[in-house]
Amino acid sequence: MNDDSVTKKLMFYFPKCVCDKPIIYHLVKDYHLIVNIYRAKVTPEEEGYLVLDVTGTEEAIQRAIDFVKTFDVTVNYSGKGVVRDEERCSHCGYCVPYCPPGALKIEDRATRKVAYNESECIECLACIRICPFGACTSAF
Amino acid sequence: MKTYEQINDRIESGKAVVLTADEVMDYVDKKGLQAAAKEVDVVTTATFGPMCSSGCFLNFGHSKPKIRMSEAWVADVLVYTGIAAVDVYLGCTQLRHGDPANMYPPGEFRYGGGHVIEDLVAGKTLQLFALSYGTDCYPLREIRTYFSIQDLNQAIMVNPRNCYQNYNVAINRSDRTIYTYMGKLEPHQKNGNYCSAGQLSPLLNDPFYETIGVGTRVWLAGAHGHVYAEGTQHAGGGARTPDGVPMGGAGTLALTGDMKQMKKEFVRGVSFIGYGVSLALGIGIPIPILNEEVLRRTCVRDRDILAPVVDYGVDYPQNTGNVIGHVSYEQLRTGQIQVDGKTIEVGSLSSYPKALEVANLLADEIRRGDFRLAAPIAPLRKDAKMKPLVKRGKNR
Repeated sequence: MNDDSVTKKLMFYFPKCVCDKPIIYHLVKDYHLIVNIYRAKVTPEEEGYLVLDVTGTEEAIQRAIDFVKTFDVTVNYSGKGVVRDEERCSHCGYCVPYCPPGALKIEDRATRKVAYNESECIECLACIRICPFGACTSAF
Repeated sequence: MKTYEQINDRIESGKAVVLTADEVMDYVDKKGLQAAAKEVDVVTTATFGPMCSSGCFLNFGHSKPKIRMSEAWVADVLVYTGIAAVDVYLGCTQLRHGDPANMYPPGEFRYGGGHVIEDLVAGKTLQLFALSYGTDCYPLREIRTYFSIQDLNQAIMVNPRNCYQNYNVAINRSDRTIYTYMGKLEPHQKNGNYCSAGQLSPLLNDPFYETIGVGTRVWLAGAHGHVYAEGTQHAGGGARTPDGVPMGGAGTLALTGDMKQMKKEFVRGVSFIGYGVSLALGIGIPIPILNEEVLRRTCVRDRDILAPVVDYGVDYPQNTGNVIGHVSYEQLRTGQIQVDGKTIEVGSLSSYPKALEVANLLADEIRRGDFRLAAPIAPLRKDAKMKPLVKRGKNR
């Protein structure tokens, strides 16, 4: 891995037609990217999505994205697969022990408010299932 | 020594000294109990959490022709109609019609009575569907219409049990994941949940019910309501620490307030996966500093309050009464407790930040002279014990 490599979180939306193309294979083989897939649902005859981290040089990532776009795949860079609604969150802290990477945590013991660090989220969706207030939602 | 009248006079003149239960202990440590008792008029306490014994009476007014509702649903949630013609009671744990509940466990329980109450307070338009058998005076036999809270004659929250004085820490010692009103509990005591505002909680700041009683004016989700009775399952007679702090659930309050005055941020429908629906409420209760002793009790800290650790895998459902041990809220707030030498991660179902927000809002209202205190008209029982339901045969 080069020193100038970076990691980016990407989301691919697949239309029905491209499920049969081995896209990720080419990201690894042709663009030398390291991929870490968080979530994927790619079913024949249905729309699909893929949420992943790619690590490589800026240039390789850009070329890979250009390649992916030739398949009529929508690429989203916002990286927000799991969204926390600030207004619905009551900051009770119930979710904290259930969040494996600690993306949801009580950072300031004085205020006891629950901070959500989006970049640490691995999209396991545990918070979505357990939050009594329905504060967390998934983009998919 | 101060009286309610003196304190209310100071509130009226905008001179009342008000502190929250979160800040009073440091203030007393600095000033000394005697001086602080002279100076401080009111300490505000608060809590925000799920409170299942909550609901409301709604009066719809009469349609033309009139109906005596014998079955009714608001937003597809069944309401109780066994009272007068167009009065209903909407309970917060009632599920929406057709909810699969735990048919495919764990169920999601996305919408129910608590959510209806939240939507009502938020001013949303909801559907009313009612049936009747028809009478000479109430001939209409079916109605489907839409309304919001402004259209109702009354929307009065009447909660038989709120503000548990203290509460269990739930863990699970069984070998499967369980889904409870205390949340999802992993097997072999992998995690635990607690539910109390601790040092900010109303009845923990008045452990012997010296100022909080029937008739006490309370801040119920923004409305000025009051304690109308002791809460159901009120049991002030259980074990206490040498300082008098209950070591279990103990006291409860029955509260009422006008839903039309409530703020939607403090009325929230909640869904517990695998368990059901409920309502989270923000409640604030002012404590008048009548004397040094009352002030001293409001200085309770998380480290002084012990919560019982209970196994929801066996002991809670089987009602064995077994308590594994006690931990302090100071320990709970760290996010980890020790039980039998094992570290357990714990989370809270009660929101301290929201409770603090309530305590500050109430303190501001009192400082502005907008909230007067009411002396209780009857005390809560200090010796009440909780009775079990005994299964008896026909020929006892």
